[in-house]
Amino acid sequence: MQLALWTYEGPPHIGAMRVATAMEGVHYVLHAPQGDTYADLLFTMIERRAKRPPVTYTTFQARDLGGDTANLFREAVLDVYERFRPQAMLVGASCTAELIQDDPGGLAKTLGLPIPVVPLELPAYQRKENWGASETFYQLVRACAGPHVPKPGTLRTKNAVPRCNILGPTALGFRHRDDVPEVERLLAALGIETHVIAPMGATPADLATLGEADFNVVLYPEVAGQAAAWLRRSFGQPCTTVVPIGVGATRDFVQEVAKLAGVPATTAEGTLRLPWYSRSVDSTYLTGKRVFIFGDATHAIAAARVAEKELGFTVVGLGSYSREFGREVRAAAALHGVEALITDDYLEVEAQIAALQPELVLGTQMERHVAKRLGVPCAVISAPVHVQDFPARHSPQMGLEGANVLFDTWVHPLMMGLEEHLLGMFREDFEFNDGVQPSHLGHGTPSQSGREAAPAAQPMPVPAAETPHSAAGAPLLAWGSDAEKELKKIPFFVRGKARRNTERFAQERGIGTITIETLYDAKAHFSR
Amino acid sequence: MTAAAALPQPGCADAPVLRERGQREVFCGLTGIVWLHRKIQDAFFLVVGSRTCAHLLQSAAGVMIFAEPRFATAIIDERDLAGLADCNAELDRVVTRLLERRPDIRMLFLVGSCPSEVIKLDLSRAAQRLSQRFLPQVRVLNYSGSGIETTFTQGEDACLASLVPEMPAEPGAARSLLVVGALAEVVEDQFLRLFAALGVGPVRFLPSRRATELPPVGPGTRFLLAQPFLGDTARALEARGATRIAAPFPLGVEGTTAWLTAAAEVWGTAPVRIAEATGSAAARATAALARIRQRLDGRSIFFFPDSQLEIPLARFLSRELGMRLTEVGTPYLHRQHLAEELALLPETATLSEGQHVDRQLDRCRALRPDLTVCGLGLANPLEAEGLTTKWSIELVFTPIQGYDQAADLAELFARPLLRHAKLTV
Repeated sequence: MQLALWTYEGPPHIGAMRVATAMEGVHYVLHAPQGDTYADLLFTMIERRAKRPPVTYTTFQARDLGGDTANLFREAVLDVYERFRPQAMLVGASCTAELIQDDPGGLAKTLGLPIPVVPLELPAYQRKENWGASETFYQLVRACAGPHVPKPGTLRTKNAVPRCNILGPTALGFRHRDDVPEVERLLAALGIETHVIAPMGATPADLATLGEADFNVVLYPEVAGQAAAWLRRSFGQPCTTVVPIGVGATRDFVQEVAKLAGVPATTAEGTLRLPWYSRSVDSTYLTGKRVFIFGDATHAIAAARVAEKELGFTVVGLGSYSREFGREVRAAAALHGVEALITDDYLEVEAQIAALQPELVLGTQMERHVAKRLGVPCAVISAPVHVQDFPARHSPQMGLEGANVLFDTWVHPLMMGLEEHLLGMFREDFEFNDGVQPSHLGHGTPSQSGREAAPAAQPMPVPAAETPHSAAGAPLLAWGSDAEKELKKIPFFVRGKARRNTERFAQERGIGTITIETLYDAKAHFSR
Repeated sequence: MTAAAALPQPGCADAPVLRERGQREVFCGLTGIVWLHRKIQDAFFLVVGSRTCAHLLQSAAGVMIFAEPRFATAIIDERDLAGLADCNAELDRVVTRLLERRPDIRMLFLVGSCPSEVIKLDLSRAAQRLSQRFLPQVRVLNYSGSGIETTFTQGEDACLASLVPEMPAEPGAARSLLVVGALAEVVEDQFLRLFAALGVGPVRFLPSRRATELPPVGPGTRFLLAQPFLGDTARALEARGATRIAAPFPLGVEGTTAWLTAAAEVWGTAPVRIAEATGSAAARATAALARIRQRLDGRSIFFFPDSQLEIPLARFLSRELGMRLTEVGTPYLHRQHLAEELALLPETATLSEGQHVDRQLDRCRALRPDLTVCGLGLANPLEAEGLTTKWSIELVFTPIQGYDQAADLAELFARPLLRHAKLTV
């Protein structure tokens, strides 16, 4: 049993949903109790998808457990086929249904549907979301492309124009939406055609043709590594190993794909700004900033390289919740002379950040919370995702534009160059000590525990905040103590407005003392 | 009051109900923890469940909560299931670690989930065992928030019902009023002032703001439900001798007046005094509603089942704001507790209980209501189809009861329509 306040990954069926939702023509029938449907909101609210995920839940209840939950499942499968007519169906169980052992795969098979039905065995008490996505994608690829696997010994014929698949982007992925066009751009510049992008936007029919490409680009090894390995074994397709996050990795990626495609490596780096921005004198202050990095393996490893080599930071901590990639993360950490933190325990990560006292945290939304509490600047580099991780603008992590985005998002939370100098010079300025946030980020309130209080910061002379609120020329207004107390019960973010409205209301009516009644009279008056 | 209210109407008391079975697009009872852990300030909620439970709480609540939450999940893993680890010993270890970390906690709820129910982990025995170990510092209780047994707000019902045996006995038969159901503090204070003016008292609330200060209960206790989803809690209170005061729910002016009056009548307050005590607040709220009414009058509304608040809300929107009811879906229809509400509902409404979400979506699309009240999983997809929606979860997280919140409640429904009219992009 593990105590979890927050979790980095959902259960494995969420990973399966990310694959199904990314694709077209697939439907997932999930044997699950009512309540598990919460997962829909991840896609409709966090990612703002305009369609419901293609998932049907059996939503069994206690009264069904005594009866026939297996039949409930069979009916759901038939219903889904009639209503949605998918090209392929995924069937499986969530954590609770796994315990009642109805065997969704076997049940679906007996129904003899005229489409591929892919049973998913996703052990919910053992595995997690990314593993579930990987396993689901692998099973789907096998089911769809399997019938087209050439006989052993068949020689591969190259396409006249080199062609590749892009594997890995899913629904609810961290910037997957924006990474794909960046990578397509890099490939197009080399004269390489994109055959199928999967799972994002692909149909089961598209998956059936995966073998026609010359090689595979693995964008997210957490999701596509297993499927790419099977494609290599079955179709003899090589795959990429470099993930193009950052300038160096993008250049390495271009070299790698050029070699796989047998074309000369060229990139037009005209839009790449990171190298110059990083060399410009204003960036000198970035030198040696102590940075702590935590995320999924792909993003964390890539971030460490960019931080060290391209921004001149010092990596003081590197970790990941992707246990499946522990070896890769440890190897990367060794390059930076630190010990990797491989854990999915949020409290452990929090403790390490507190102990290391970095000047910048590159992490997930959880580390953003921790950093906020500790008063340390933070930028988000990895899932788990938040509604803010789906910005309206194009905001990739990969390729040339991705590198530009990394520069902006990691540098903006920090103090700006000259500001930092002034801060060093006038440490005793009560408004301008190193406990304050960068001026361009507004006034945050770093917590006590994070940094030591600014040296010798004198108590600020508090401007008489509670003076009678009188508009010029208007009679003095007073708040009755009951009304003042009542006002405090109003949520802080609308309290100021309530105060102003009530005072305006009272002034217009010549009321001298604001009572609870005045407060609510004003509220009623202004409510629209 | 509205013209409709003045006409005699048979209401929906005996109206047929469309009962559906199929996919239910609803939260489970664990979701109640999201507001209960803020309401009861010295309590901690430990879900004994799976990674899915932890992910649900985080997804339903995580985006809204920045302080360290007073809830967590003890995630059952393979070792527990295979019997390699003793579940009870593991639970004791997790609870000990938790209480060391949070010495401010006075009450710990072990919350059952679908997996803990299915493997028949006996949390009531675990709670007894842990209570013995941690009392007097911490009392440990248990209830089930599992999806196989509870739907969304029923989690609050199960939690409050678990508190009832802990309530001290009221000495003697002195009459007191207990208001049952989590309310915003500002609403509680408004009601306290109104009850004082009505001569009703002493007045207590369940849940109390602190778990260590539970109100007493006994044969003298009369209780008013502030929420329509508290069937088990009501039964537990009745078992301790308390008597329910039947009333509609305090949503809107009409509902609030009827709810307050029901209590005042038990206390024998004269009608004149009732009118005096409620008159100004009711008039103020009515005036505020009148402005919003123009935006809602004659508009049609469709409710997907969610919180069991649907029927009282439909009653308020139709009678006080002139909205036209199409389908009013509820996850569960408690006929007895909703009798007064059903009598007030216009008989043109179609009631449905339970859900087959795809069929219900078909009906909704065919009706094309002006406003659709639904959960977070459905709202954006329906908006994308050109339907205007109101997410129902906001109705559970916002102070909406009582006179001074009536206009706020109406505004929640008017805002999506206003926004729709305003946007030209």
